[in-house]
Amino acid sequence: MNENKENKVITDATEGEYKYGFTSDIDTDIIPPGLSEDVIRFISAKKHEPDWLLDFRLNAYRHWLTLPVPQWAHLTIPPIDYQAISYYAAPVKRNTPKSMDEVDPALVDTFNRLGIPLEEQKVLSGMAVDAVMDSVSVKTTHRERLAELGIIFCSFSEAVREYPDLVRKYLGKVVSYRDNFYAALNSAVFSDGSFVYIPKGVRCPMELSTYFRINAAGTGQFERTLIVADDDSYVSYLEGCTAPMRDENQLHAAIVEIIVEDRAEVKYSTVQNWYAGDAEGRGGIYNFVTKRGLCRGDYSKLSWTQVETGSAITWKYPSCILAGEGSVGEFYSVAVTNRMQQADTGTKMIHIGSNSRSTIVSKGISAGHSQNSYRGLVKVDKNAEGCRNYTQCDSLLLSSTCGAHTFPVIDVANSSAVVEHEATTSKISEDQIFYCNQRGIPTEEAVALIVNGYAKEVMNKLPMEFAVEAQKLLEITLEGSVG
Amino acid sequence: MSEFLLKVNNLRAGIDGKEILRGVNLEIRPGEVHAIMGPNGSGKSTLSGVLAGDPRFTVTEGSAELHGIDLLDLSPEDRSHEGLFLSFQYPVEIPGVTMVNFMRAAVNAKRKYFGEPPMSAADFLKMMRQKRAIVELDNKLASRSVNEGFSGGEKKRNEIFQMAVLEPKLSILDETDSGLDIDALRIVAGGVNKLRNESNATIVITHYQRLLDYIKPDYVHILYKGRIVHSGGPELALELEEKGYDWIKQETDQQ
Repeated sequence: MNENKENKVITDATEGEYKYGFTSDIDTDIIPPGLSEDVIRFISAKKHEPDWLLDFRLNAYRHWLTLPVPQWAHLTIPPIDYQAISYYAAPVKRNTPKSMDEVDPALVDTFNRLGIPLEEQKVLSGMAVDAVMDSVSVKTTHRERLAELGIIFCSFSEAVREYPDLVRKYLGKVVSYRDNFYAALNSAVFSDGSFVYIPKGVRCPMELSTYFRINAAGTGQFERTLIVADDDSYVSYLEGCTAPMRDENQLHAAIVEIIVEDRAEVKYSTVQNWYAGDAEGRGGIYNFVTKRGLCRGDYSKLSWTQVETGSAITWKYPSCILAGEGSVGEFYSVAVTNRMQQADTGTKMIHIGSNSRSTIVSKGISAGHSQNSYRGLVKVDKNAEGCRNYTQCDSLLLSSTCGAHTFPVIDVANSSAVVEHEATTSKISEDQIFYCNQRGIPTEEAVALIVNGYAKEVMNKLPMEFAVEAQKLLEITLEGSVG
Repeated sequence: MSEFLLKVNNLRAGIDGKEILRGVNLEIRPGEVHAIMGPNGSGKSTLSGVLAGDPRFTVTEGSAELHGIDLLDLSPEDRSHEGLFLSFQYPVEIPGVTMVNFMRAAVNAKRKYFGEPPMSAADFLKMMRQKRAIVELDNKLASRSVNEGFSGGEKKRNEIFQMAVLEPKLSILDETDSGLDIDALRIVAGGVNKLRNESNATIVITHYQRLLDYIKPDYVHILYKGRIVHSGGPELALELEEKGYDWIKQETDQQ
């Protein structure tokens, strides 16, 4: 009963505009599509990289050629022609800008429209921002202040030039190029990203933030983020992503590697809002990302928080290798899929250190004709004594045509471990909607209210600046989807 | 404007093709309290649901006007804005949504309907404090999720609290006394009485005379088989308490 009416509400609601769908008219230095050793040599030469890095890329490329495309996820991925993608696109730089005045005004405008006025950020806010446009880092703010504390926050390319020993020491140590198909591809062709190093005993006084933006057509974005938190340090890192609306699919295959030393803590937050494609599933970003942290130090802590609302297809599992004694891993996720979106996301908690603990809270929200999967692994090594895991995995269905799936794997080899898994699946009930309506709250607002309530536990983990944006994003993505 | 706050004329409605209300007539003036009683399955909750716009019910015939406005033409939220409030028999739980956020959404939706700007946070919280006192709810209420983990008594007090905040013209209390102990009943009824004035009206749906000891009705109606078969003053409720419904059933079924 009322199915048609409800479907209409869903349809109306899901027509929410993607407000980041504009393109910017910026001079772009782009190489022709195709992937070969020559292309990799070209990228490396363009960035004046040392030989060891070129070798790293070439080894990754040769390994990638031997790998099949992974098929195990609960996703339908159309074949991707890797020779049809351009692997390097960069806003043309006249010279390295010394001040904001020298930055291409169109670029500044782009970031302003995204809500990151670099100029203002630089002066007013307590947040340092690195902006990566089409694979190349265009601006890093707050550098001087951070440098006083010995904190390094710069583009990956710059880190390779300025701190080659640090980069070489850590690059590929958490996510090897042998790890998986997309990690190998990224390792071969990555063009830029962010590098963060927090020295011993330093608490980073501001949120570090990277905004990723794909602009040029026919390109992929392959950035790498490397974060090293030395003993007793702390950093909170934010990542935001948007892209223009385009009819073709664009590939985003990134790697994030995090190393957490003794008693250090890293909090990594993502609000992912890549363009999701239109109502029929045309266009949108393929978001195939490998994110992993190594809690190497004793009593180290890594916390992942993600709000995933965008992308046509999401394939990502931010994970923690809990190697240190008493180390702590956390994963808080809200994944929203609507229309024709597909998401297969979750985490891996690998307990190697004794008394290591992990918490997983995953909130899936599916609407329209989307498919939303949670995939998780909790593994306890046979030598890891006294480990604990708590997993809560909830799914909320907003239509009768969407799918929610969970694929939890628990692999415990030590009998002292305590592992808990709780799961729920629910729908927004007609009774809840009518109750809200009776109090004067229209259906669309009621759904936003209920969904935000459902996701609150995760949203509360986001830094304030992000929480507001993420909440709005949820509302835009799901306005009124009930069924 | 009509002299009646609510005017229901020959209302027929049902669910899934089954007719439940079979020609209800009801007229309520401002300032009045009407009790609707009747045996199980007589259509009492259907009547409240239909008036509030519960989408499960389909109206097949008749009309209902709230201060002269065609109620059946309005969405449930617009009926609410126009001053209709339903205190639910089974208030639903909404996990994760705090009472303060829920009520702010409700209050501001109503203000928007009347072209007013949203209420400031300070004014809103002040109002919440004042209204809370009417049903003796403690201040933890604001941060709790809507009805989640509330006891039966707290849920009903929470309904009357919401009624106090929204200041409706017509309140329908659907078996508000069910599941209440005597203390909670006293508090809930006390709240309702405090909210009574000359310009609003209340429909009390109940099985028992007990609630009517606390909320004194001006009129008592007996709903049976989808029709109001008997109307009278408060004494009718007492008669029912004494004699049960059988005489009503016999009287009606013989006709």
